[in-house]
Amino acid sequence: MEAKGKVFKYGDNVDTDVIIPARYLNVSSGEELAKYCMIDIDPDFVNKMSKGDIIVATKNFGCGSSREHAPLAIKCAGVSCVIASTFARIFYRNAINIGMPILECEEAANDIEDGNEVSIDFDTGVITNITKNKTYQAQAFPEFIKKIMEADGLVQQTKKRLSN
Amino acid sequence: MGMTMTQKILAAHAGMECVTAGQLIQAKLDIVMGNDITTAVAIPEFQKTGAKEVFDKEKVVVVLDHFTPNKDIKAAEQCKSCRQFAYDTKIKNFFDVGEVGIEHALLPEKGIVVPGDVIIGADSHTCTYGALGAFSTGIGSTDMAIGMATGECWFKVPSAIKFNLVGKPSKYVSGKDVILHIIGMIGVDGALYQSMEFAGEGIKELSMDDRFTIANMAIEAGAKNGIFPVDELTIAYTKEHSIKPYTVYEADADAEYEAEYTIDLSTLRPTVAFPHLPENTKTIDEIEEVKIDQVVIGSCTNGRFSDMKIAADILRGKKVAKGVRTIIIPATQKIYLDCVKAGYVEDFINAGAIFSTPTCGPCLGGHMGIMAAGERCISTTNRNFVGRMGHVESEVYLASPAVAAASAIAGKIANPEKLEG
Repeated sequence: MEAKGKVFKYGDNVDTDVIIPARYLNVSSGEELAKYCMIDIDPDFVNKMSKGDIIVATKNFGCGSSREHAPLAIKCAGVSCVIASTFARIFYRNAINIGMPILECEEAANDIEDGNEVSIDFDTGVITNITKNKTYQAQAFPEFIKKIMEADGLVQQTKKRLSN
Repeated sequence: MGMTMTQKILAAHAGMECVTAGQLIQAKLDIVMGNDITTAVAIPEFQKTGAKEVFDKEKVVVVLDHFTPNKDIKAAEQCKSCRQFAYDTKIKNFFDVGEVGIEHALLPEKGIVVPGDVIIGADSHTCTYGALGAFSTGIGSTDMAIGMATGECWFKVPSAIKFNLVGKPSKYVSGKDVILHIIGMIGVDGALYQSMEFAGEGIKELSMDDRFTIANMAIEAGAKNGIFPVDELTIAYTKEHSIKPYTVYEADADAEYEAEYTIDLSTLRPTVAFPHLPENTKTIDEIEEVKIDQVVIGSCTNGRFSDMKIAADILRGKKVAKGVRTIIIPATQKIYLDCVKAGYVEDFINAGAIFSTPTCGPCLGGHMGIMAAGERCISTTNRNFVGRMGHVESEVYLASPAVAAASAIAGKIANPEKLEG
């Protein structure tokens, strides 16, 4: 599995309130939520981005609320991956559970700049910065988590488990 | 090697003798909880699993507390879907308007959560129940759905940071000041992926309400959970509220901690977190003039009876400053009624405050106190991120009920100690 796109770069502690503010949480459809993705940190994000683009941020991405609406809005907006130095833990597990690709890589998070062209090989965890002609190695997921992602999320995995 | 208190609870619920930090486990759940916002997302995911019914009707809890009483048509539709789900699945603990309270005040009050439980809730402040010596953590809607279907959840066993509390806090230093001090010290990701385990003789100086407030904000330091040892006070609280069997777990003497801090509660001062992160703390003595437009006293962090009492004690016989909207929200119907009986509602209304039915409302910028650009609120809630309570150019200052009430009178951030003059 691979991803390639232009980077939208943010800093530390991008919280779930700026990713998808509570005023939009009266709906739960991913397509509807995607219209407001990142609105309180980057009001024009949805118009600027193209399908497959990548979000890069530094530490503690997705801190705050447990709202799964945050990774759902990012996924449904068409973002192919979020790379960060670290993720807040609920965002981390929500992203995995819904099959939204995320990678922890401090070097990439620090070095990649806004607008860089980046490609990702999810099998090897290698992130390539095409603009800067550099590569970074992301941490591999544990086998347990890989299986959830390979099953296209926890729901599909559980469905198989319950039907057996 | 010994285990932390959290690790012991997780090991027991995973059917294992021992677990170590970093290990991925599948644990059995005692309670799975969701609110109107997160349950609405969990329902279709639950249905997609093919499950015909919830794993245990006694152990699934749905609390319609965020956008209720419904703030708009879309919120009403979400609540309607949750209500229908609760009726269809015949879950025992479903709380709708009339019975509802803010989830993290309601579940302990109703005796639904007890020491030794493993609890997941599709709300980040589910870590509150760690005050009772339970393992309790926030998760998302998919985890809630799978939890409802299977009664299990996957966890990465956390390492821990130990906070050794000593000394006795002064009159106007509450659990809120303790946790704001800690977050200021370690940062909003200072306990990322870890447990915050509290210990020490200072704990006996903290009421259950103080402990709930401290555990509630563990998430604001990035923690997976916050947990207190079970003492006589915890047992008395549990017996008063619940008939559920409970189990007392203790950390092993040789448990390993990533870091240990000792905090002398007697040296702490009333503390305020400035915009836009809970780690931007200042003690009340360091604060210069900060004028405010709104005060919120309530939420899962500080909407309990003792919070209402201290606000009433400060506001009684006084008037809030002209132009300062003072919104007081008890966390549950019981607390509401207790405030009526104690005469606090009269105190609040005579002071020029409003007293609302329980709701999360303004805390997350839902309703009941949304701010315009340039406005400032001092709030007893838990987050002060950009746009948290309204416009992206509004500001939230986090504080205890005592500081918030004193500030309502002064019209600016104020020290409650000075009111005693």
